[in-house]
Amino acid sequence: MLATEQQRLSAEILEMADRYGRDRCALMPILQTVQERYHHISDFAMQEVANLLDIHPVEVYSVVTFYAFLKAEKLGKFVIRLCRTISCDMQDKDRVARQLENDLGITFGQTTPDGKFSLEWANCVGMCDQGPALLVNDQVFTKVDCHKVHEILEGCRRSFGVHPTAKGGH
Amino acid sequence: MSLIKTGPILSGGVAAGEGLKKALGMTRSEIITEIRESGLKGRGGAGFPTGTKWNLAAAARGEHKYVVCNADEGEPGTFKDRVLLTDYADLVFEGMTIAGRAVGSHVGILYLRGEYRYLLGHLEAVLAKRRADGLLGKGIQGKEGFDFDIEIRMGSGAYVCGEETALIESLEGNRGEPRNRPPFPVDTGYLGNPTTVNNVETLVLATAILAKGAPWFKAIGTDKSTGSKLFSVSGDCERPGVYEFPMGLTIAELLKEVGGEGAKAVQVGGASGTCVPASLFGQTLAFEGVPTGGSIIVFGPQRDMLHVAKNFMEFFVEESCGQCTPCRYGNVALLQGIEELEGGRCSVAHLKELMALGESMQLSSKCGLGQSSPNAFMSIIKHFSDEILGRALPA
Repeated sequence: MLATEQQRLSAEILEMADRYGRDRCALMPILQTVQERYHHISDFAMQEVANLLDIHPVEVYSVVTFYAFLKAEKLGKFVIRLCRTISCDMQDKDRVARQLENDLGITFGQTTPDGKFSLEWANCVGMCDQGPALLVNDQVFTKVDCHKVHEILEGCRRSFGVHPTAKGGH
Repeated sequence: MSLIKTGPILSGGVAAGEGLKKALGMTRSEIITEIRESGLKGRGGAGFPTGTKWNLAAAARGEHKYVVCNADEGEPGTFKDRVLLTDYADLVFEGMTIAGRAVGSHVGILYLRGEYRYLLGHLEAVLAKRRADGLLGKGIQGKEGFDFDIEIRMGSGAYVCGEETALIESLEGNRGEPRNRPPFPVDTGYLGNPTTVNNVETLVLATAILAKGAPWFKAIGTDKSTGSKLFSVSGDCERPGVYEFPMGLTIAELLKEVGGEGAKAVQVGGASGTCVPASLFGQTLAFEGVPTGGSIIVFGPQRDMLHVAKNFMEFFVEESCGQCTPCRYGNVALLQGIEELEGGRCSVAHLKELMALGESMQLSSKCGLGQSSPNAFMSIIKHFSDEILGRALPA
């Protein structure tokens, strides 16, 4: 990481601490904001947060590694979380999963080499009556089928100005 | 879209502010008495009497008290709180405000699961409107000294945080590891202060009870399970969605309403609940019958029940916080057992050992997660061992 990027991150974390407070209760909101902006919580970010809240960096690490939505390893710009719990499972989530893997060229738990997409499992997203369901970052999609997978990915690609691919990639 | 059938509560026409205005005309103990007399029990699944909880928090000594709404709706098959937060957010916040009045708190916190982040903008807008309407903030409705406001805090994808002490740990910036109880949150909760933690639906019902009175609520449901309940119905049925029914309806009656008559089994209460076979569909959905937080997953005749058990057990292996041994190792051992059953390689003696392990987990796990995680496996083995034992080896 370049020194200037580190400085920017430090300044942003300082702003977050000013907003959420400098006690331990501010830890989750701060980490959630870092995750949202940087797609992961780097060692440097953990150290900075620890300094500001006056706790040991390992305390921060222990929290980051506990929660499924907080990650030390960098995730893609779009994190796709497909629900794998029973109701979605019974509504053919396996086919949607395979289509996502085919269209992105990665398997679950991986990130595309260009850093745009990560594919993850979710445990029950609360759309059991309208499965299969998935989240793309904070947005929820329901009754997803293989065709809709393509549309959802194209929507993401358009949003960062990349030319949509005619056949959806790989 | 999910809300299919409303009942006495959701069609009752309780307007924003109605319950709160009634509450402000009563003393704190009168509010608690009203809730107590209604017989309201917690709708998150555990069924603790709400009036008792509020009374304990009201009586507890502490300068700061907190009112927490548990909107960490993570139980597989449950989505009624999502519907309430979408369509009835006013009544949720109002229930928190009434609780704040009753226990003597000025701060409410709604803990929203990370998966529902898309509801945050809407919820913040409802809060802003309530502040503008004088239903939140300082001196609510001109009541001197009654200051109450609500903040929303997000979860980050941990099922165990639906357990009230794990939720509090998360609010305090820690790993969501449940605490020993006692002490209970009503005396030693958020930051060591008296804290009430109530489910979203419970708070909506509390608002309705204040608006319409305990006798009205008590007239619905059964003697031991008063009022109505929201059911989140999914799986093999024609009309999945959220239904409001009076407590005490039978599983068979519910299946008829949702178009799931041909079911061979129903999972009542989500992954942590129990699997009920067709022969027991005459049982009632109530605290004295099959208790539930409202998750109903219907399994049609073609479903492989071992696959269902496996899906639930994979869920618990993933979601166990890892703090206590019975849950951390027990769920893994049960999942291994399921894999052996899948491969047709499990002896009856070993299956009995797994059932005994399940009982040990129910008795010795620290929190509700590990105490209830073997339920689905054990009830499925109990009722469907004929279809599970002696499977052909996979090709």
